[in-house]
Amino acid sequence: MTAPPVVEFARVTRSYPGPPPVLALREADLTVAAGEYVSVTGPSGSGKSTFLNLVGLLDRPDGGVYRLDGIDTAALPDADRTALRGRRIGFVFQSFHLLRHRSVLENVKLAMIYTAVSRRARTGLALETLDRVGLTQRAYARAGHLSGGEAQRVAIARALVNRPSLLLCDEPTGNLDSANAAAVLALIGELNGAGLTVLMVTHDQQVAARAYRSVLIKDGVLR
Amino acid sequence: MSRAKRMVPATRLSPLDVIDEAVAGMLARPGRAALTVLGTLLGVAAFVTVLGLTTTVEGQISNRFTALVATEVIVQDTADRSDDGPAFPDDAERRLTALNGVHSAGVVWEVTDAGPLGARRPTAPEPGEDVKVLAASPGYLRAIHARLAAGRIFDPWHDAEHQRVVVLGSGAAGRLGVTWIDEQPAVFIGGTPFTVIGIVDDVDREAGTLLGAVVPAGTAEAVWGAGTGARAIIDTEIGAARQVGDEAPLALRPEDPGRFRTVTPPDPRQLREGVDTDLGTLFLALAAVCLLIGAVGIANTTLVAVLERVGEIGLRRALGARRRHVAAHFLAESGTLGLIGGLIGTSVGVAAVVAVAFFREWTPILQPATVLPAPLVGALTGLVAGLYPAWRATRIEPADALRR
Repeated sequence: MTAPPVVEFARVTRSYPGPPPVLALREADLTVAAGEYVSVTGPSGSGKSTFLNLVGLLDRPDGGVYRLDGIDTAALPDADRTALRGRRIGFVFQSFHLLRHRSVLENVKLAMIYTAVSRRARTGLALETLDRVGLTQRAYARAGHLSGGEAQRVAIARALVNRPSLLLCDEPTGNLDSANAAAVLALIGELNGAGLTVLMVTHDQQVAARAYRSVLIKDGVLR
Repeated sequence: MSRAKRMVPATRLSPLDVIDEAVAGMLARPGRAALTVLGTLLGVAAFVTVLGLTTTVEGQISNRFTALVATEVIVQDTADRSDDGPAFPDDAERRLTALNGVHSAGVVWEVTDAGPLGARRPTAPEPGEDVKVLAASPGYLRAIHARLAAGRIFDPWHDAEHQRVVVLGSGAAGRLGVTWIDEQPAVFIGGTPFTVIGIVDDVDREAGTLLGAVVPAGTAEAVWGAGTGARAIIDTEIGAARQVGDEAPLALRPEDPGRFRTVTPPDPRQLREGVDTDLGTLFLALAAVCLLIGAVGIANTTLVAVLERVGEIGLRRALGARRRHVAAHFLAESGTLGLIGGLIGTSVGVAAVVAVAFFREWTPILQPATVLPAPLVGALTGLVAGLYPAWRATRIEPADALRR
């Protein structure tokens, strides 16, 4: 039996009542198979954020079907959508969203407090994941003292620690200089090489070019 | 059961993690946490201090009040038998002081037909003041614990020799303009001159004496005749009042003790409870106001924290936190702040009560029912104060929050 696609969008639509009313995503179709590295690019206001929110289960579509790991998410209650989001999706944001006053280790462990990982196992798993992103030596540094590149690698470690099906990246290099951006993209490439499914939302064509497949979004239409 | 429930277990947040996150959240901003704690701290400290001082002061009041009342016996002549002649024998004072446990005693009655009281004014006749005139045996002023502003009180000689002397209460002296007695001023009671030999500044009993003029009983009988409605005031040792009350009528008139009615002290416990209730209600209201101020402080700070941490709330939601987890997080933070404020506030309150009692040389009295729940009152205040901010936090949509 073949594994279902990680992301399956079928005629997904999302509009906002406004004023003025906006049709942000029109009957979008997209399938991302396990292990794929797909980028979604488009100019500002094209519907990228709407698409990302829907894929990340942070928002509900008005119509269409969205399956994550083969699970139809449309009819799920909030608690189940939250569970799917926490366990199956790893988020990487442009602005890192680290808790600046807490250590790198605590930031990574934060992802496990909601997913019922035992307290005893958390430190080992977090250190193991930090090792994957090359930051074991900074485990006890305060997140607020990290460079941009380090911060984004911590955010990636936090996204990975629950072993998600999908790494959902929102402009992950948007706040990084070119050297750090290249290092972060290389890391994401490595993770994909190890079998992790990556969906990259970006307006940067060079970043998008790292993906094996690129999808353009414009005026709410995926092509 | 939905497919998601079969394949993806629900996210959870254990109580230990709630506490961990709450404490970590506070430690992330120690200065703000300290200032927030300060509100509850002051509220709970005020609560404990006010209630502690109330019980302490009540203890003092009750002790003094009880001591004063418990040592007083009043013997009254029953008015309907005044036709039988004077109720109290001439040596009533001697008979009463001879009883075991009596410090001092005196007989007193009000002279009803004495006429107005006036100070001597050579330049103009005065209409006189309508001041109460009391006829008393010398022991009366001692029995009411009279303290003199000037001069002296009359003695048995004045009484026996019908000397026309008077001791003024401070209120009466003020109305007559008599402020000093070095030149032995005279006052006129119904036209009869009396030499002022003393001014009473304060008394512990029979406060009405301060507004009147007291003349020796023998003098009063000589000038105005025998009086009616006489009473004996007896100052006893602590614990002797009831015994003295039983014995006094027999000592005064062994042949007809039923002529007298004695008033002995009320049950001191009832008295103390009455005082406690009155003061306690007032001070409890003040303490509640203090706590309310603390709660408003926590609510305000927690709300500001929620608004500032919108991004963090969005992140937690993205990581799997449900709305109830977010609410629990912020309620735990506000509750912990309240609890810490409550603990420190209770300590400060207890220290304040002990310090005040030490400097006033009182016995500090702290009710366990007040002190022990005080930290919980702080925690409860924090929880209640955190309700609205926590609710606001649950209303934050993660998609919006993560864009900030």
